[in-house]
Amino acid sequence: MNAYVGTPTSRVDGRAKVTGTAKYAGEFTANGLVHGFVVAATIPRGRIARLDTSEALRVTGVLDVLTHTHRPPLADKDEAWMDEVAPDEGSPFRPLYDDNIKFNGQPIALVVAEDWETAKFAATLVHVEYQEGAFGTDLEAGRDKAIEVQGPHKPRGDAAGALAGAAVRHEADYFIPTEHHNPMELFATTVVWDGNGRITVYDKTQGVQNVHKYLCGVFGKKPDDIRVLSPYVGGAFGSGLRPQYQVVLATLGALALKRSVRVVLTRQQMYGLGHRPATIERVGLGAKPDGTLEAVAHEATAVTSRYEDFSRNDSGWAEQLYRSPNSRYSHKLVRLDVSTPCDMRAPGAASGVCALECAMDELAVALKLDPLELRLKCYSDRDQSEDLPYTSKQLRECYARGAEAFGWSKRNPTPRSMRDDKELVGWGMATGVWEALQMPVAVRIVLTANGHAEVYCAASDIGTGTYTIVAQVAADALGLPIESISVKLADSTLPQAPVEGGSWMAASSAHAVLGAAEDIRRELARLAKTMPASPLGGVDAADVILVDGTIAKAGDKGRAVSIADAMRYGKLERIEKHKLNHFAEDKSHARNTHSAVFAEVKIDEQLGVIRVTRVVSAVAAGRILNTKTGRSQIMGGVVWGIGMALHEETVTDHRFGRIMNANIAEYHIPVNADIHDIEVIFVEERDDRINALGVKGLGEIGIVGVPAAIANAVYHATGKRIRRFPITLDKLLA
Amino acid sequence: MINFQYSRATDVADAILLLSAHPGAKLIAGGTNLIDLMKENVEEPSRLIDISRLPLRKIEETADGGLRIGALVPNSDLAYHPLIEQRYPLVASAILAGASAQLRNMASVGGNLMQRTRCAYFYDTATPCNKRTPGSGCSAIDGLNRNHAILGTSASCIATNPSDMSVALAALGARVHIAGPSGERTMALADFHRLPVDTPHIDTNLDIGEIITAIELPPRGFAHHYSYLKIRDRLSYAFALVSVAAALELEGNAISEARVALGGVAHKPWRSLEAETALRGQAATADHFSRAADLLLQGAQAYSHNSFKIELARRAIVRTLMQAANATPQSQAHKKIA
Repeated sequence: MNAYVGTPTSRVDGRAKVTGTAKYAGEFTANGLVHGFVVAATIPRGRIARLDTSEALRVTGVLDVLTHTHRPPLADKDEAWMDEVAPDEGSPFRPLYDDNIKFNGQPIALVVAEDWETAKFAATLVHVEYQEGAFGTDLEAGRDKAIEVQGPHKPRGDAAGALAGAAVRHEADYFIPTEHHNPMELFATTVVWDGNGRITVYDKTQGVQNVHKYLCGVFGKKPDDIRVLSPYVGGAFGSGLRPQYQVVLATLGALALKRSVRVVLTRQQMYGLGHRPATIERVGLGAKPDGTLEAVAHEATAVTSRYEDFSRNDSGWAEQLYRSPNSRYSHKLVRLDVSTPCDMRAPGAASGVCALECAMDELAVALKLDPLELRLKCYSDRDQSEDLPYTSKQLRECYARGAEAFGWSKRNPTPRSMRDDKELVGWGMATGVWEALQMPVAVRIVLTANGHAEVYCAASDIGTGTYTIVAQVAADALGLPIESISVKLADSTLPQAPVEGGSWMAASSAHAVLGAAEDIRRELARLAKTMPASPLGGVDAADVILVDGTIAKAGDKGRAVSIADAMRYGKLERIEKHKLNHFAEDKSHARNTHSAVFAEVKIDEQLGVIRVTRVVSAVAAGRILNTKTGRSQIMGGVVWGIGMALHEETVTDHRFGRIMNANIAEYHIPVNADIHDIEVIFVEERDDRINALGVKGLGEIGIVGVPAAIANAVYHATGKRIRRFPITLDKLLA
Repeated sequence: MINFQYSRATDVADAILLLSAHPGAKLIAGGTNLIDLMKENVEEPSRLIDISRLPLRKIEETADGGLRIGALVPNSDLAYHPLIEQRYPLVASAILAGASAQLRNMASVGGNLMQRTRCAYFYDTATPCNKRTPGSGCSAIDGLNRNHAILGTSASCIATNPSDMSVALAALGARVHIAGPSGERTMALADFHRLPVDTPHIDTNLDIGEIITAIELPPRGFAHHYSYLKIRDRLSYAFALVSVAAALELEGNAISEARVALGGVAHKPWRSLEAETALRGQAATADHFSRAADLLLQGAQAYSHNSFKIELARRAIVRTLMQAANATPQSQAHKKIA
């Protein structure tokens, strides 16, 4: 029964969000709630020589100023500070732990006062003297000190030799700047003091159980002492995967004062959290004159902090896309005096595939081949790193459908050949790829005799639509209207879920729901069959389905018992089932999502002003659970891709080691005026192998490839190849 | 943000008295810039004198056929006022090119003239800035100066004035009405903002205790041949890299009167009487506009990251003058440069 799955069901939490009844971490309150304001370091490296809080403490309304010398105890072992997303290598940041300054914007004190304004004022009266250390924040200046870490794949063949000997070769560096997530909701934590050292923590996070375990470790608490909730998240995009420092500070405040404490970061302070690392992507492609690839060599050199080695798969994506007998993929890190980078939508792929797909475009130019034709010539039906087939891969169909919708065949291949009045017109394309991951997730479903079901899971909904798809899948599986399903998420006491990220939550949560619903179906079938004169007598339990609030024989709705009657007969008020999802292990196939992105730009020839007037994104990502929220996901990814191509850049003054555009007036993301037609095509992709529903996830794939498609379109329009992102008009005028 | 006192002025005279009595005080109307700066501890007024309720919200015709605009008229009200739309569309267009609808609703006309630079160093109290802390040095000259000035700079400051409205007002020859302890006076808008020279911390020629009461537009509105073109890093809600206000009067294809002012390139709206004089009597052609651009940009000096601005300004001047001459002004609603 698919009354809801696969339909454009509106968000079940939409009304709560637009009417303001949905509460976010910084909106929860408690009796006697007090407020913390963060004092942040203004140097990138050194020590706190002196920290004078006396003047701040004299302000009426100030309750305390917590510092590294004045605070409740914090764990002193790295293991306690390792959350489930922490890099394997390094020592996680510990706020207010000691006098070390590791990055500009690091919290060095928390002023706690009766009201936020007083705390903010008193924060200006905390006087700091530093012993400054020599520092570096510039990736390009530090490139020669890069250290090689484990690459995404083992090399195949002799990439360097094949590249050197290739008939046609393209090699270049592409620069992706530091970017920040800038979710609309500010990072915030409200810690409610429940007494006796027990706290309830409302946190902006993508994983309440991750935060829960982390807080227990950091503060040496028993699991029952702390409960973490995050019912709504106003965007996070990866910035909320790891527990952020405000949750530690708010908890410190609550433990110090034995009161409820709220800490809300300012927009500026959020630039001291994680970021997409600045990366130099060096791509080398070698081909035969016919366009057959001989070699792929991709080396990413990315920023990390001096205290943790953060790296992702930037360079390895050609392995999934393009056939080549020789390949080498490597990753290097430059340790700098910045906060540790973190995942940001399609981490690794957004940057790495951008470079790869620009390079493929440049290779196509060198080969005098249509860029799409080159992709098809190199198309790989197997994941080359493990030499595996895919559970499904409808990328060819993405190319075909996208090209058709875009009108790609009408493209004049010559740069600067197409124009519209004062504007040069450029058409570019690129490929997108991401993983189709699934993780252990459990749910509990409680079905009550009145035909209402509640679904419980610790997973977060970071705005992606998890509440809605969980409700859809549950409604279909239980044969109930979606209005009869309540979904409760993001409470650490609920059944297990990992952080919501990596595009894995849709498939993972949906199959947990299916599992629990199946157990309910079996129990109801058993009950219904044993009722006196049951219309289901003699029907095999496997042939019993739940539909329209009844327990019925599949294909014969006339033979049915109402759920209410069956439960009354069984003297059951409620049926409760807890189930961990289960995915058959399959190491014989690769699992990925794919996309083909086509972009049109119009560029004022004189002024260099760039407009992205059309984007077609054709996505193959298995079954789309909700075509409405799914389309929104992809559109959001495309908009972000436009930002990555043209706008986004965290600008640091390396003389000060300080970010100079730490606000959303100066850190540019696209605004409405920058967005024109975006067409999302979901290419049908049946996948019976990956999981029961054939779901792959959509969170990341929408952005991958978009920046490259735009950069390639800019080249086609102008004849100028800009390899340094974002592509701003000054680069075109130069 | 630091604690401050708050007073509400009962009338203009009271505001002047309060300003004179409290040297660390600042006037507040819409607060769209001042509050931001206070949050960043860039502005730390000891007292805010709230003038938002003063009766300075009228838009009235003057005896000579001009228009007098009260200092507290919200930017949006001004942009959508019928007399502005009909007679001074350049002003409406410049206002609508700036900020967002919400900010324009709050921001006052007088406050718009008083907004401070968006130089990132001015905003960051952890870095030196002569405008914020006189004598501390200019971080932008050898730093991140992509958005900075190319005209009228000094060794102590290369910041720009961020206002769009002021650029249009400068082009039209508006005057600023001022009241102060020693009475009332008026000043040409072109003289209102200062160049940085060696006192970049002083943005305007307002004296201590003075308050803007109105802006006066002269009768000539250039309603037929005008355009305001703002070039920026995204199509809306960004400060100008370069903006141009152009206003022409034509007799046939001959220019009888010309006004051009630039935004985003200097510490004040930038005009060149030489350039405007050179245009008078000439045919409205790209060549003549290009010559005017050269004159406007005479003496332009680029820094490490903003050399593109000189050529961009040159091209933008020509384009805007062509838009004005063709009576096809730049729309602030279309997602496109015309």
